[in-house]
Amino acid sequence: MSSHTYDYLDGNAAAGELSKIFAMDVTAAKGQCAHCGATKRFAEAHLYMLGPGVVARCAVCEHVLLRLVNVRQRVFLDVRGMTYLSLDAAQLEASSDLDA
Amino acid sequence: MGIISRGFSGRHGATDLKLPPGQHLTTDFPVLSAGPTPHVSLDRWEFRIDDGTDVLRRWDWKSFRELPTENITIDLHCVTRWSKLGTSWEGVSLDTMLADVKTDASYALVRSYGDYTTNLPLNDLMNKQAWIAFQFDGKDLAPEHGGPARFLVPHLYLWKSAKWVRGITLMHHDRPGFWESLGYHNCGDPWREQRYSGDE
Repeated sequence: MSSHTYDYLDGNAAAGELSKIFAMDVTAAKGQCAHCGATKRFAEAHLYMLGPGVVARCAVCEHVLLRLVNVRQRVFLDVRGMTYLSLDAAQLEASSDLDA
Repeated sequence: MGIISRGFSGRHGATDLKLPPGQHLTTDFPVLSAGPTPHVSLDRWEFRIDDGTDVLRRWDWKSFRELPTENITIDLHCVTRWSKLGTSWEGVSLDTMLADVKTDASYALVRSYGDYTTNLPLNDLMNKQAWIAFQFDGKDLAPEHGGPARFLVPHLYLWKSAKWVRGITLMHHDRPGFWESLGYHNCGDPWREQRYSGDE
């Protein structure tokens, strides 16, 4: 049996932080790595949360997809590591229906 | 091998454990990383000093380990608010590594395996303020703590003491590193609590 231990979490662990910024669930979105071109659900990203900020890395090439830092009353967000994020618009419509 | 006195270990005496503002004491050695731990074999390790165009100096592990070393006892202050006092290291002073480098640059960008970077004024790396350490507590530096070799710049927050270092780029103009470009302070003096951009 493998005893490999991981020093990262999966992208779902960023759901709380990202829900403070985005109206839609980013962890369910698909993102393309700007470095290797792999397209995967954000939930599959490797997440490093113990340092000075949150760093999400591509599960294929380990390049940075997203960085997020809370600086007192401001949030710094860097998403240069993704070519795009593909979100499910139906999710937003469902949310609007609930609000109505 | 030189011995650095307690005079370089922080702003406290043996009985006065004064911490920088906002810090708490820990006896653990937390591992905080922005990415996976690179496992760099000694036969492919190298350290370069360049000016952005040309390589000015280069060491492989053998030539690096032939440089004179120093034993240093220093305090660590992490911006995530823990401090660890009186840690013992062996390393090579940046004064030694920069001794034969002719440059009129004012800034340095420290580069690591794993593509981490951090920026400092070149003056912060000289005059017994910075080392490249390869031993901690008398043992080879473990990969999770930056082995085979890491920066130590103990008068600044620990994010400036880059793990897994591979080189320095000397620059005429400052360029923010990994955390400095995302809201963290450009200087990072723990005694002035320079955590975030905008702090004095």
